[in-house]
Amino acid sequence: MNELLRYRDLLWMMTWRDIRIKYKQSILGVMWAVLMPAIIVGAGILVKFALARLSARSMDLQDVATVSVKAIPWAFVVASLRFTSTSLISNATLVTKIYMPREIFPLAAVASQLFDLTVACVVLTAIFSAAGIGASWQLLWILPLVGVLVILMVGLGLLVSSGSLFFRDVKYIVEVLVTFAIFFTPVFYDSEMFGEQAFLLKLNPVTPILEGLSRTVVFHRPPEIFWISYSFIVAVATCGASYLLFKKVEPSFAECI
Amino acid sequence: MPEIALGVHHVYKKFRKGEVYDTLRDLIPSLVTRVMRNGSNPALSNREFWALQDVTFEVKRGEAVGIIGHNGAGKSTVLKLLTGIMGPTTGNVCVHGSLSSLIEIGAGLHPDLTGRENIYLIGTVLGMRRHQIKRKFDEIVAFSELEEFLDTPVKRYSSGMHARLGFSVAAHVEPDVLVVDEVLSVGDYVFQSKCIQHMKDIIRRGATVVFVSHHLKAVADLCHRCILLDRGRVLKDGDANLVIREYLARGAEKTLEDTDKEVYVSRVVVRSGDRECLRFDAGDVSIVDVEVGANSACSKVAVAIHLRDEVGLEVFSTSTERLGKGTLTLKPGERAHVRFRLHLHLARGTYHLGVALYRYDIEKRYDLKFPSASLYVGDVRDVRGIANLYPEVLE
Repeated sequence: MNELLRYRDLLWMMTWRDIRIKYKQSILGVMWAVLMPAIIVGAGILVKFALARLSARSMDLQDVATVSVKAIPWAFVVASLRFTSTSLISNATLVTKIYMPREIFPLAAVASQLFDLTVACVVLTAIFSAAGIGASWQLLWILPLVGVLVILMVGLGLLVSSGSLFFRDVKYIVEVLVTFAIFFTPVFYDSEMFGEQAFLLKLNPVTPILEGLSRTVVFHRPPEIFWISYSFIVAVATCGASYLLFKKVEPSFAECI
Repeated sequence: MPEIALGVHHVYKKFRKGEVYDTLRDLIPSLVTRVMRNGSNPALSNREFWALQDVTFEVKRGEAVGIIGHNGAGKSTVLKLLTGIMGPTTGNVCVHGSLSSLIEIGAGLHPDLTGRENIYLIGTVLGMRRHQIKRKFDEIVAFSELEEFLDTPVKRYSSGMHARLGFSVAAHVEPDVLVVDEVLSVGDYVFQSKCIQHMKDIIRRGATVVFVSHHLKAVADLCHRCILLDRGRVLKDGDANLVIREYLARGAEKTLEDTDKEVYVSRVVVRSGDRECLRFDAGDVSIVDVEVGANSACSKVAVAIHLRDEVGLEVFSTSTERLGKGTLTLKPGERAHVRFRLHLHLARGTYHLGVALYRYDIEKRYDLKFPSASLYVGDVRDVRGIANLYPEVLE
C-alpha cells in the first residue's frame, strides 16, 4: 500500500495515458464518452417504450430519466470490466521489463473509465436541468453510491486482469458476461417488477447502486440503506480479497504472461 | 544506509520449458497432480529446469559489479530478480535503497504519444516523481538532442531517436542502485560512447551499479569486480580482469574436430612464451599454435589467421602463403603444426582470433574456426581505438 502511494504519480500518468490514447486520432474525441452511453440509453428507451405499450400506458419523462441514470453507470461497469481484463496483457512489455506495483494497470483502467463516466454525468446533468427533473439534497448520495461502484470495479478489475494474464479464457468469459449481464441487472427495467422475487436481482451488488441512483436523482428519495450496505460490504470484500490474491500471484506475472 | 546495497542469498529459480498451461483444460489436471504431490515439492518435473542454482553474492554501496557469462547462463534472470520483476523460487533477494533499471528503455514508450508526453510517461514508469521530471525536463531534452521533434508522436521517430529518447530519460533518474542490461548494444557509436560516459559519471557519483554485458571491454572499463555465471551457477566472483580471463579461457576450451572436412583446424593454442595464455599486455609477444589435421590427401593448403575486435571489425589478417612460407601438403590422418608469432601492438580490448584453411589457386576454403580463441589485451595507458602507438606526453 505504501508502495502504491510512492507510485501515485505513475498511476496518474497511466490513467492520463489511457484517456489520451483512447481519444487520439479520433474526430469526435471525448464526445465518445457521451455517445457510447447514449447508445445504451437509446436501447433502454426502446425497451421502456415497448414495456409501456404492453401495459397500455404512455411513456413519461421519468421513464427516460431512470433509464439514463442507470445506463450511464452501467456503461462504466461494462467498459471497466472489458478494459481491466486486458490491462495487464496489453502492457506486457512493461510488466516483463520494468518493476512497478502492477495493480497500477487495472487501477488506471478503472480510473480512465471513471473519467468517461464523469464526462457523461456532466452532460446528463445539463440535460436533466433543461428537462426540469429538479435537484434536492438527495443528490449528495451520488458520491457514496458511485464510490461503492468504483470499489467493486477495482476489486473485479484486479481479479480479471490477473486472471486473464494466466488464462486467456478469463478474457472471453468477461466478454460474454458483460454482453449478457444487462439481462440480470435492472438497467432497462426495475427490480420491483418482480415483486416477491425482487431480492434475487438485488443480490447482484450492482443492482442496489443503480436503483439507488435512480431513486435519488429522479425521485429525490434516499436509497434503500439495507441493500446499499449489502453492496458496500460485497464491494469491500471483493476488493480486499482480490487485492490479496493479486499480490500473491504478482511475482509470477513476468514469466506467465 | 546499510553498507550492503544488494544481497542475493541462495537463490534458486525454476523455469518451465514449452508452454505454460494456457487454458483451464490444462490447468485442472496439473492442479490435481499438485494436490496429490502434497504441494511443496521443490523437485523438478520433467518440463522444468533450473535457471539459477544457489546464487549468492552481495554488492556493497558504491560498488560497480559486472555480470558476464554465455547466453543462457542466467544473467538476465539475476537482473529480473534484483529489480523485482520476478520472484525467486527459493532463497531471498534484498535491495536497500531505490533501484532503477536501464533495461530496454524503449519498452515504456507509447507510439501514439508525443516525445514530450513520453518523457513524462517513462519518467514516472522508471520511478521518478512528476515534479522531478519537470525540473529536469530541459536537461533531458538537451541530452536527447530531440528539441525539434518534441511534439511529434513517437511512432514517427526512427529507431535511433527512440533509443535516444528512452536513454535520456533513464539517464536522469537518480537511483541508489542502477541495474543495466546490455543497453550498450543499441544505437550508433556516438550513442554508445555517450552511454559509457554516462555510466562512468553515475559510478563516480557513488551509485551502486550492476552491469550485464557481452561487451567485455566495457565491463573491464567500468567494473572492478565481476561475477561469472555458467548454467545458472556462480562460477567465479572477484577481480574483473581475473574473471574475464577465466571466462575467455573457458570459451576457447573446446577441441575442434570435424570428420567430414578434407582438412580441418584441429586445435588452436595461444601462448605467451611456453605457457598457454589469453591475457596480454599491449606490446607483448604471443604465439599462435595451429594444429591442422587431414582426413584425405590435400596439397597447397595455406593457414590463415585473423583478429577481429568486439564489433567484428577485422583488425589484422595474414596467412602462411602471404608471408612467403608456402603451403602444407598432408596425407590422410597426418597432423601438421604451424606457429605464428604476433606482436600485440593493440589498444585495450578483447580480440577474437579466427583460423582458416585455404587453397588459394582454386579459391577453396576448407575450414574456418571463428572465434577459435579470444584474447584480452590490457594496457595501463588509456588508449582508445585499435592500434597502440604507445603515446607519451613530452615535457
